[in-house]
Amino acid sequence: MPKSSSVALPTPLPLPVTTSSSAPTTPDAAKTLSASSPTMKMRLSHMLHNATHHNKSKGNGAELTWCFSQVKGSIEEDVAEADIISCVEFNSDGELLATGDKGGRVVIFQRDKASKNAVPSRGEYNVYSTFQSHEPEFDYLKSLEIEEKINKIRWLRQTNRNHFLLSTNDKTIKLWKVAERNKRPEGYNLKDEMGQQRNKSSITALRVPVFQPMELMVEASPKRVFANAHTYHINSISVNSDLETYLSADDLRINLWNLEITDQSFNIVDIKPANMEELTEVITAAEFHPKECNMFVYSSSKGSIRLCDMREQALCDKHAKIFEEPEDPTNRSFFSEIISSISDVKFSHSGRYMTTRDYLSVKVWDLNMESKPVETYQVHEYLRNKLCSLYENDCIFDKFECSWSGDDKHIMTGSYNNFFRMFERDNKRDCTLEACREITKPKTVLKPRKVSSGGKRKKDEISVDCLDFNKKILHTAWHPLENIVAIAATNNLYVFSSKD
Amino acid sequence: MASDSIEDRTSAPCETVREDDEDGPQLQQEIDKKQVEQREEEKLKSKYPNLAKGGGGSALLNKRLQKGGQKYFDSGDYAMAKAKLSAKSKPPPPPEKIIKAEAVGETIPTPENIQARKPSLVTSKLASGELI
Repeated sequence: MPKSSSVALPTPLPLPVTTSSSAPTTPDAAKTLSASSPTMKMRLSHMLHNATHHNKSKGNGAELTWCFSQVKGSIEEDVAEADIISCVEFNSDGELLATGDKGGRVVIFQRDKASKNAVPSRGEYNVYSTFQSHEPEFDYLKSLEIEEKINKIRWLRQTNRNHFLLSTNDKTIKLWKVAERNKRPEGYNLKDEMGQQRNKSSITALRVPVFQPMELMVEASPKRVFANAHTYHINSISVNSDLETYLSADDLRINLWNLEITDQSFNIVDIKPANMEELTEVITAAEFHPKECNMFVYSSSKGSIRLCDMREQALCDKHAKIFEEPEDPTNRSFFSEIISSISDVKFSHSGRYMTTRDYLSVKVWDLNMESKPVETYQVHEYLRNKLCSLYENDCIFDKFECSWSGDDKHIMTGSYNNFFRMFERDNKRDCTLEACREITKPKTVLKPRKVSSGGKRKKDEISVDCLDFNKKILHTAWHPLENIVAIAATNNLYVFSSKD
Repeated sequence: MASDSIEDRTSAPCETVREDDEDGPQLQQEIDKKQVEQREEEKLKSKYPNLAKGGGGSALLNKRLQKGGQKYFDSGDYAMAKAKLSAKSKPPPPPEKIIKAEAVGETIPTPENIQARKPSLVTSKLASGELI
């Protein structure tokens, strides 16, 4: 909430009639109070708060009801591997939604303006641009194929009319510029309309080419290629709040890049042991703090998160803080280490908290407390007694992502059977929803689902043994400002919005 | 409450994992979880007696570091394969999940006989318009 001392209001404002009902409406408030009195300050801050939060105030954090909005992609029994979506990301204002797939392609969707301005506004997106970001490569030295699968996409904050995003596969990061073109110059002297050379002898007069409107074209062009900096597979990229640098993390190292410079990067974390036999943990995810440009975190396969401050040292091998939940070493099982491996770490928008995803739960950590998470949510605890079969079919190694809502009040993550879970932090309410083809009528409210693990199964519940482990929701994204979510279900992209 | 749950566990083959055991103490919950995990571990060990000694952690590390594109040739494997021709044959390794059972290293691949993976020339189906 902004302090009223920073609000430049020289004279007392008459309180407008149209503000929300929580603003006081004493008629003579304007006349009797000066702008600096405490009561006026409170009223001003109330007004400002309501003016900026009118979209989000639903009373006291009422439960969100989710409705189907759109689904993209084809219905197919045999999904081609290239079509499997491998990342989903909204840009900083939510107007654009990017997806990357295993075939190295990026598809960008844009918010439909008509549906956005409709009342109630609908979360609808149309295809804006698509391009081949990465192609399969071959490392001849190691005799290894390099997959073109897009591991991560991160948008840069928009500073001009063009959009920029970073996309990465296992080895190479690329900066793409997405620009609109809706005018073209016409009336050249030496070329005709088709671009053919004009017969010079037929030119009798000079003319000045003029820009004429044309059909909108969206062009994506690679602006920078950041290659050959990672020996191991890149798992994360994160743009810094300074808008000049970004980090890229692989299993053992984290590098800091300047967006302008492609032939150098600083190594800021290196956990590779001198003897690879002594390796016990790898880096699983990394992210810059949303506001402090010198701080970043990285999570490990052992379930710990390290916060590093780049001001301390050039090489941040010594962490400033380490967040880990104490575990009794005698009580471990074969699976303990596998399921405690963190697959994703995300800072809250406020920067005060971060959420981590391990195989069975989502945890919220307060940056001020390293000893344990402040909140723990069970995603699919019923899988704990299926760990043996999940190990056999490799599902235990699946890496799920987690997302914050724009107001940091909700957390979302995916599960199996095309289920995804929403957790409400204030009231500790949670629900399980399904992304399925049966519900494709817009505005249909999603029915909460329930999984039963015991012998007694209620009607509408699904038994653990009937879950489809091939239908996994690993990648999800939450619109930064509104309650719209994008869910990647194998080769389909679902968009759901909350009922307003 | 605790004694009831112990009976439940030993009698029924597929037990309910209590997610919302508000009555029992936090510690009991933790112990229960570990017992469930340990039972799953027993199941795994009975299926794969030669499970990697490093535990789940090393399985996880192997999985992560070996992820990625297909490996066509390993000079170490090639050397071993050549040595095997002269040395006495060892029994084949048990079909373990941990050990990568891939026949690399038998032949030396050349750029000509590796099938070049072409990029996806087809536009993504997501971009071909929504279905609804």
